[in-house]
Amino acid sequence: MQLGAYVAQRVAVLLPTLFFVSVLIFSLQKLLPGDAAIALAGEESDPVAIAGIRAKYHLDQPMVVQYAIWMGKVLRGDLGESLRNRIPVTELLASKLPVTVELAVASMLIALVIGIPAGVVSAARKGTAVDVAANAVALSGLSVPHFWLGIMLILLFAVRLGWLPASGYVAPWEDLGRNLTTILMPAFVLGTGVAGVMMRHTRGAMLQVLSADYVRTARAKSVPERMVVLKHALRNALIPVITLGAIEFGRLLSGAVLTEQIFAIPGFGKLLVDGVFNRDYAVVQGVVLVSAGLYVFLNLVADILYFLANPRLRGA
Amino acid sequence: MNETGVVLALPVTGEAPRSRVLRRLFSRPPALIAMAVVAAFIAVAVAAPQVAPHDPIKQDFRAVRKAPSETYRLGTDEVGRDVLSRLVWGARASLLAGVIPVTIALAASIPLGLLSGCTGGWLDGLIMRITDAMLAIPFLIVAIALAAFLGPSLTNAMIAIGIAALPTFLRLARGTAMAITTEDYVESARSLGCSRLRIGVRHVLPNMVPPLLIQSSLTVAAAIIAEASLSFLGLGQQPPAPSWGSMLNAAQRYLVQAPWMAIYPGLMIFGIVMSLNVLGDALRDALDPKV
Repeated sequence: MQLGAYVAQRVAVLLPTLFFVSVLIFSLQKLLPGDAAIALAGEESDPVAIAGIRAKYHLDQPMVVQYAIWMGKVLRGDLGESLRNRIPVTELLASKLPVTVELAVASMLIALVIGIPAGVVSAARKGTAVDVAANAVALSGLSVPHFWLGIMLILLFAVRLGWLPASGYVAPWEDLGRNLTTILMPAFVLGTGVAGVMMRHTRGAMLQVLSADYVRTARAKSVPERMVVLKHALRNALIPVITLGAIEFGRLLSGAVLTEQIFAIPGFGKLLVDGVFNRDYAVVQGVVLVSAGLYVFLNLVADILYFLANPRLRGA
Repeated sequence: MNETGVVLALPVTGEAPRSRVLRRLFSRPPALIAMAVVAAFIAVAVAAPQVAPHDPIKQDFRAVRKAPSETYRLGTDEVGRDVLSRLVWGARASLLAGVIPVTIALAASIPLGLLSGCTGGWLDGLIMRITDAMLAIPFLIVAIALAAFLGPSLTNAMIAIGIAALPTFLRLARGTAMAITTEDYVESARSLGCSRLRIGVRHVLPNMVPPLLIQSSLTVAAAIIAEASLSFLGLGQQPPAPSWGSMLNAAQRYLVQAPWMAIYPGLMIFGIVMSLNVLGDALRDALDPKV
């Protein structure tokens, strides 16, 4: 199968998913208890103002019409206006995205550096103390509440030792050194969770590959064990891990809500939480929509990477 | 395991499947320790009024942020409440937050999964597209957005977590049901003239239990973290009622003066979630015929 045909097939599957995602996100505002216009009006109780809001947001129209109007605007890049900041939600999201992307990239680097070598060593030394310890560490990374780990790191490295700033963010183009010190702890907090997932998947894939016939043949030909593991086994074991990495990256882009809150990193997560507390529902909807869109897009990227890395799929 | 990735049955070795699963489970020391921790957690949560040494919401401004001592074993918080008693009562919120969302997800996913997996067609397509759409929105984001729109309370947080957990259960229930319907014994039941309802309830449903059980144990752990996260943000348990998440939220402001306020609630969450994850892994290994 050609790459173009494969991508077209995947996109055709994703389109209905995206449609239902949009319906679900649109439905969120219908969960608001009572009259949505009154909720959107906040402290404003003037009936004329409320009627104005109802007309402005088309709340007096049937639901299907409301959805069609909303979707039409979304497709034109109009996600509404932030009630608090009085600026377009799209603008707000665009200003926060680079921060979240930087945090996600740094977290993913930490996850790769810890997770893949740990998975390889664990599989190569299956059943030994190293394997048990690596598994225990991976499970701990998956079980520890990230926001608590963040608080503990602040307690140790900011409060007790004074090595790193407790919170805040400096853009890399302003001061790269300070940027790295502000991003290190939150990236480590997020990276450890992903490292646990990476380690378990790498270990599973390596164990499967290490029992394959061609690995046995390589060993029979007296290829050094180091070469067998790193050259013959790891290259094939990494195929599912690459796709997992793309999916986990999507999760990192949207899953940093509490970490950003604790370290006062002005990204997507903090924008979502601020939107929730300011009852800024257009912002909440916008963050959820863009997060879901990015997640779906990165799933598509994962599928494409898998296609490119797996010659058997290309031959199918 | 078949191509859907679902554990369907144990190999025939002469030993009863249930006793084999229990033997495998009890032969693993980490699983035994995890079971003991989970049992202790449930016991403490249920017997909170008897176990807690102090009133968890009674403020004592003469004992604000006191370090651990004979009177207050784990110290006091910013308004002089006993941290240990709040941890004990907080276990109740965590237990409820772990069990109720999973119950909601199971109650909705079993009938829908059976319907989707056994009937197929356009209904299956529709249910799966909605499931895919729900899976496209990350778990915690769904929970936060729902809790925000429903309003902050422990009940709404549990509903939000239950809805957020639903698509994973639904996909698993449907996949399992689909795989079981192709088994020989289901074919036999069909050829004997059993109705769809009878096949679904008598033959498919009981075999859906093992994978859903494994998923439940892992989701209880995820739900406990999600409740703590929502309470940490102020969207779950409301003050003055204790919750491990809200205790951590308050502790953030007193890291220098009272670090014990932050250390113990987090250790509790970590301990119970780790135990549930170990138990989930052990259950999966015990139920997997390949192991």
